[in-house]
Amino acid sequence: MSATATAISQAAAGRTPAQTARLFFNEARFEFLKLARLPMYSVSIIMFPVMFYILFGLTMNRGQELSSVRVSAYLLATYATFGVMGASLFGFGVGLAGERGLGWLQVKRATPMPPFAYFFAKTVVCMTFSLIIVLILMTLGFLFGGVQFTLIEAAQLAGTLVLGSIPFCSLGMAIGYFAGPTSAPAIVNLIYLPLSFASGLWIPIQALPSFLQQIAPVLPPFHLGQLALHVIGADTRGTSVGHWEALAACTLICLGIARIGYQRDEGKMYG
Amino acid sequence: MIAEMEQTTLTRLDARTRPVVARLNSVSKNYGTVQALKQVNCEVREGEILAVLGPNGAGKTTAVKLLLGLAGATSGKVSVFGGDPRNPDNRLRTGAMLQVARVPETLRVREHVELFSSYYPNPLPIHETLAAAGLTDLAKRKFGDLSGGQKQRVLFALAICGDPDLLFLDEATLGLDVEARRLLWDQIRRLAGRGKAVLLTTHYLQEADALADRIVVINRGEIIAEGTPAEIKAKTGGRQIRCSTRLSLSQIQAISGVLDAKTDGEHVVIQTSVAEPVLRELLNWDADLSGLEVTSAGLEEAFLALTTNQESNGSNS
Repeated sequence: MSATATAISQAAAGRTPAQTARLFFNEARFEFLKLARLPMYSVSIIMFPVMFYILFGLTMNRGQELSSVRVSAYLLATYATFGVMGASLFGFGVGLAGERGLGWLQVKRATPMPPFAYFFAKTVVCMTFSLIIVLILMTLGFLFGGVQFTLIEAAQLAGTLVLGSIPFCSLGMAIGYFAGPTSAPAIVNLIYLPLSFASGLWIPIQALPSFLQQIAPVLPPFHLGQLALHVIGADTRGTSVGHWEALAACTLICLGIARIGYQRDEGKMYG
Repeated sequence: MIAEMEQTTLTRLDARTRPVVARLNSVSKNYGTVQALKQVNCEVREGEILAVLGPNGAGKTTAVKLLLGLAGATSGKVSVFGGDPRNPDNRLRTGAMLQVARVPETLRVREHVELFSSYYPNPLPIHETLAAAGLTDLAKRKFGDLSGGQKQRVLFALAICGDPDLLFLDEATLGLDVEARRLLWDQIRRLAGRGKAVLLTTHYLQEADALADRIVVINRGEIIAEGTPAEIKAKTGGRQIRCSTRLSLSQIQAISGVLDAKTDGEHVVIQTSVAEPVLRELLNWDADLSGLEVTSAGLEEAFLALTTNQESNGSNS
C-alpha cells in the first residue's frame, strides 16, 4: 500500500467523514491555542519582526527609496519574510522536538489519531501565525510608512508569504526529528538568524558583501524574500518561477531528511 | 476460608474461558545489546485486571509498548484483538496511560479531553470522562497549573475517553497520594466490572494485591511467576512466624518445616510453609515464648523471594 493510501485509510478508521474533519479541526484548533498561550512563542515570534520593522523600516530611513520602492515597503517585504520563517521554524521545529523528545508524541501515537493530522495541524498553525505577522506589518506599513497597495496586492503579498511558510515548516520538521528537546531552540536560532541575515532580510541584499550575495541563491529565505519584494514592485533578481522552484526543492529535501528521522524513530522502535 | 477458596477457583475457571484480548506469544525484545524481554508469554482476557509486577527496568513498560504497537518485537508475535496492535481499528478499542515527561501545559483539562475524545468514533461524553477521572471541578484549569496527582488523573481521563475495551496503565498511580490512589483503584475496578480488560504495570506490590485478578511477576525481562495474588503468596512458603524466644537460630532452623529464620531486634522471624507443626515444636522447646504473631507472607515477601531465587539461580548458571 502506498504511503498516501495508508494515510487516508488511517484517517478513516471507524470515523465518519464529519468526525474525521472534526478531528483535523480540533487538532489544529488546540495546537493554535497551545502556542498562542505560550508567550515565549507567540510574543517573541510576533514582536521580533514588528520591532525590527518599526526600528529600521519606519523610524530610520524615512522617505528614502530602495530598488525603486520606498524603504518602508522594501523592508515590509523582507521583515515579513523574516517573521514567517521564525513562526514556522520555532512552531514546527521546536514544538516537534519537544513533543517527540519528552514522550507526548508517543502518547498521541498510542491513540487512533492519524499521524498526518498532527503534521497537518502544526503546518496550519504556523501558517496562521505567519498570516498574523504579515497582517500586522502591512497595517503598520500602511498607517505609518506610507506604503500603498491595492487589496489585490495585499492579498498577493499575504498569500505568497503564507504559502512560503511551507518550506520552513519542512525545515522545522527536519530539525525536529534530529534535535533534542533542549537543544532544538538553540539549533533553530543558529539556522534562523545567520540565514536571515545572509538572505538580505535584515539589510538589503545589495548592501551585503559580494561573497554573501553570491551564496544567497542557495538559501531558501532569499527566494521567499525575492518573491515578496516582487509582489510589492521592487526590482528583484531571478524569476518568480525560479524562486518557487527553489522553495519547492528545499521543501522536498527537508521532507526527505525528516522522513529519515521519522523512519529512524520507527527503526528504533521496530528494529 | 473454604468458601473463599472455592470462590477464587470459580472466578479463575470463569476467567479462563473468557476471550483473550491481547497476547504476547514467546516475545523477545532487544534494545541494542540489552534484552528487555526474553521469550515472554502472557495474555489478557476480557473483564480481567492483570497486574504486571516487577522492579524498575524489569521490562514492564517494554511489554506495554509492544502491545500498543509503539515498538516492534525482535521475535515472537504480539496480537491485540487477534490482529496487529498498530491496526487503527484496534487502536480505536484501546486506551493507554503512559509515562510522559511533559504534557502541553497551556491547554486546559477539558480541552485535552475534548481533543482526545475526537480521535474516537464513539467516545464517552466529555462530562462523563471528566467525572470518572475526578476532574469535573478542574475542567477549566490549565494542565501546567495542576498538582502531580491531578496531572495523572488527566492522563487517566485521556486513556478512558474513547471508552476502550482494553486499557493499559503504565505505573498509573506513581506519585499519587493514598486517597488519590484509592480513587483510581475504584475507577479501574468499575471498568473491569463493565467487562473491560485492564493491564496495569506497577512496582507497588500492595496495588497488584488489592486490584488484580491475576499477577504476572516479571524480572530482568522474564516472567518468574504467574497466578492469582493468593497463588503468588503461596509460592513463597506461606506463613511468617514472629516471636521472642530464647531458642537460638540454629535450634529453630533444625525444626522440620522451617524454611528460614532470622533475628529482627528482640524477635525472631521464621518463614515456613505450614505454621502449626512449627508452632507446636517451638512451644515445646520454649514454653516462655512470647510476643507471638503469625501472618501470611505479604506480596512483598513473595516478590522478594521470587526475585532473589531468580538471582541466585542466575549467578549459579
